[in-house]
Amino acid sequence: MVTAVPTADAGAEPGSAPPTKRGIELIMLAFAAIVVTTALVLVELNQPQGVTRSVLYDGAAYLALFGAAHIAVRWFAPYADPLILPCVALLNGLGLVMIHRLDLADKASAASVGDPVPAGNLPHQIAWTTFGLALFVGVLALVRDHRMLARYGYTCGLVGLAALALPGLLPSAVSEVNGAKIWLRLGGLTIQPGEFAKILIMIFVAAFLVTKRDLFTTAGRKVLGMELPRARDLAPLLAAWGISLGVLVLEKDLGTSLLFFGIVLVLIYVATERVAWLVIGLIFFLGGATVSDMIFKHVQQRVTAWINPFSDYDGAGYQMAQSLFGLGTGGVFGTGLGAGRPDLVPEAHTDFITAAIGEELGFVGLAAVLLTYLLVVMRGMRTALTVRDTFGKLLAAGLAFAIGLEVFIVVGGVTKLIPLTGLTAPFLAYGGSSLLANYILVALLLRISHAARSPAASAAPRKPVAPLAEARTEMVQRP
Amino acid sequence: MNTPLRRVALAVMGMIVLLLANATYIQVVNADTYRTDPRNRRVLLDEYSRQRGEIIAGGLPVASSVETSGQLRFLRKYLDGPMYAPVTGYYSLRYGAGGMENAMDSLLNGSDGRLFVRRLSDLVTGREPSGGSVELTINPAVQRVAYDQLTRRGYTGAVVAIKPSTGEILAMASTPSYDPNQLSSHDGAQQESAWNADTSAKRDAPLTNRAVAAIYPPGSTFKLVVTAAALEAGKATPQTPLTAAAALQLENTTTLLHNFADQPCGPGATVTLKTALVRSCNAAFAQLAATVGETDLRKQAQLLGIGQQDLAIPIQVTPSTLGAIPDVAALEQSGIGQRDVALTPLQNAMIAATIANGGVRMKPHLVRNILAPDLSVLDQTAPEQVGVAMSRFTADQIRDLMVAAENSYRNDGKINGVSIAAKTGTAEHGADPKNTPPHGWYVAFAPADNPQVAIAVLVENGGDRNLEATGGSLAAPIGRAVIGAALQGAR
Repeated sequence: MVTAVPTADAGAEPGSAPPTKRGIELIMLAFAAIVVTTALVLVELNQPQGVTRSVLYDGAAYLALFGAAHIAVRWFAPYADPLILPCVALLNGLGLVMIHRLDLADKASAASVGDPVPAGNLPHQIAWTTFGLALFVGVLALVRDHRMLARYGYTCGLVGLAALALPGLLPSAVSEVNGAKIWLRLGGLTIQPGEFAKILIMIFVAAFLVTKRDLFTTAGRKVLGMELPRARDLAPLLAAWGISLGVLVLEKDLGTSLLFFGIVLVLIYVATERVAWLVIGLIFFLGGATVSDMIFKHVQQRVTAWINPFSDYDGAGYQMAQSLFGLGTGGVFGTGLGAGRPDLVPEAHTDFITAAIGEELGFVGLAAVLLTYLLVVMRGMRTALTVRDTFGKLLAAGLAFAIGLEVFIVVGGVTKLIPLTGLTAPFLAYGGSSLLANYILVALLLRISHAARSPAASAAPRKPVAPLAEARTEMVQRP
Repeated sequence: MNTPLRRVALAVMGMIVLLLANATYIQVVNADTYRTDPRNRRVLLDEYSRQRGEIIAGGLPVASSVETSGQLRFLRKYLDGPMYAPVTGYYSLRYGAGGMENAMDSLLNGSDGRLFVRRLSDLVTGREPSGGSVELTINPAVQRVAYDQLTRRGYTGAVVAIKPSTGEILAMASTPSYDPNQLSSHDGAQQESAWNADTSAKRDAPLTNRAVAAIYPPGSTFKLVVTAAALEAGKATPQTPLTAAAALQLENTTTLLHNFADQPCGPGATVTLKTALVRSCNAAFAQLAATVGETDLRKQAQLLGIGQQDLAIPIQVTPSTLGAIPDVAALEQSGIGQRDVALTPLQNAMIAATIANGGVRMKPHLVRNILAPDLSVLDQTAPEQVGVAMSRFTADQIRDLMVAAENSYRNDGKINGVSIAAKTGTAEHGADPKNTPPHGWYVAFAPADNPQVAIAVLVENGGDRNLEATGGSLAAPIGRAVIGAALQGAR
């Protein structure tokens, strides 16, 4: 009976534990370390001073950092997916190399005009990476079972909403940078609460959907073969839509608005299995997008710069045009790491880091990065497919989809597929909040994947238990 | 719940595929459009970060790159900028490149295939990559005399000097000139104001290299080509009688074609071809051209290089042309180098050089050696014979005619002990030719018995002499001075 149940690890002997595959993870991490170190060497080779031995130490430090994360996974989540962490490490490492490379360009150009040489962004990003990995380990250690998160669903939702809304409601002085009101300035530190809100709200929505699934599946009228939900059941979706528009209006942040609505919509679809929700959501989205384009100036600017960046070359279209020049100059194989001019694109280290990669590593490099992201998303989706509890399924799907959608919005914006919205590429781009939040995200994903593959969890419900009715009565010893 | 999960996974895959397709469109299909967009500064910045090779004349770097502390690392500097500008051209961040800077760009910027091995070793050894250099055939002394002679009286014109036996260009001057230093400045405003001044309608197109990029009616200098055609075709000898009349009525018209100053060519009814050439009688040569016929004239012109579309020295040369010759009247006019006949000064110098070289036409060139960044010779230009334009016998006959012609000219600046073979030309042009100052020409080579240099001098629009100008008075003294400078170096 037991062997007839197909599991993810089909072929494993019943009774014997399936392999943890931690060895694969370590090998892949070492591979990522080699790739990242090679990239660093290439950057240095293309600089006037050439390569120094210090790149070896940098590579070793990188490997040690992720080695520590690997050990934590061995300890706290031994059955976790073995590919997600190496992929993330590769992206993070490549991001560090690119940020270092852009720092060098900034220093060189400052030196050439006699300005004081800037310290660069790399030290910060290394610190954030270290801190992010610490958080990663912390989450793995603290959250021993992802199902416990469901219990804090409403708390997460409330805190998440507050974090999302806070910068929009605070005065611009504390929250506005480059036109987007998405920041919190605390002393010398600036954080983007929206990045964390993303995860908290996913936990809430997943927990909410688990308990209130019926609400969404009650059929209303049937139109064109689709069962439409009843009008009164639209409330949660309407709320998500309203919040998204609020973010757009108050914080002038297209990216977060789009990301938030997309994640909620997909979670509702996965929970209800009703295509109707997607259709209704898309209609809401199109309506909201059209109205915003008509009303809001910052949205119009983005759309104009998207349709023809060269029409306002010296103004709104400049950044986009520079990105296209960089990508075009890179061509198929790129100019070579450290040999291009990605610093000509404004904000190359944050929003436009994928343009910098496209320029120096070419289409080939950009495609490799995109496929690495795809691999992470697919492993996450696989986790969602294999994990048994509904909450875990929804949360894993949400976390994985969030990465996929964010990459689409960022890279699509940079390559002129869709209007530019101002999100950052997960793990690659400079930015502490994004890095910390995404490490928490990955820790949760690994936690769920551990549950999905762990034999202990899978064995438990299969243990043949005699029905209660057949249980024998018990004799209690008389005193 | 698994069905929607699979669909979502597929949707993400679809999104990534969309991104890849879009990236392919931008980075593969449209890459060149973006790469070469004039607003894309990447390619230029890259070039300015490497040391560009030198352009060397007579051991002197006439164009070289010096390091600066600016964002553009290397600044292009020109020695005697205006004097060498027709050769070196310019190298401007905003306005591109001209002259040798343009023609030899791949070598100078280091991307030339001949530097491939060097680039590999640069990569391995960490040596800074830099471009190769060009050593010119230009002789600075001759170039200076040519430029000074043209500018001294403020002439608009050009001088070309060629070594007949090899085709090496010893001098190539064009005036008015410009200062390429201004155009290569890293100060955008200076570049712009220099460019605006150089291209302004008020100035006489200083950026145009008149030696190779402008064509002019050759006037009487073209009689050399007609003579060569007649002698080669066996339709005349130097003794053949031609009409001595002061004017010839063009066939099937009432139009008269006059001799210079409407003088008869001789006392009798006829003169020999020799006398006609020495006195440059238009009526006689119109008659001779009609005798030669269009076919033979075109054949001879083509053998001398007229009409060649792809001549590059390596600066691209504008093709010279005979124009359309629809009837005999047109042929008669073309025979004295008017109507639609138009030559570059280089082409005219090439005709003189071919006659000087016994009829063998050599390919004109400006590059003697191609040098690696360490100045070792990468490539050498071997003199290249393009073809035989006429027999040695014909060439010698024409040489003798030219010597006689030179001896009949006024004595302006003749060099003692040097026998020059020459022909002048005074070409009418414009909508009202009789009241427009003519172009003055002088083509020559010397020494006549052992030619070391062949030249062509053109002075536009009568120079400083207005309607009275002739080739002999305007261009000949310049030509003799250039020959003098060239022979001084050769002896």
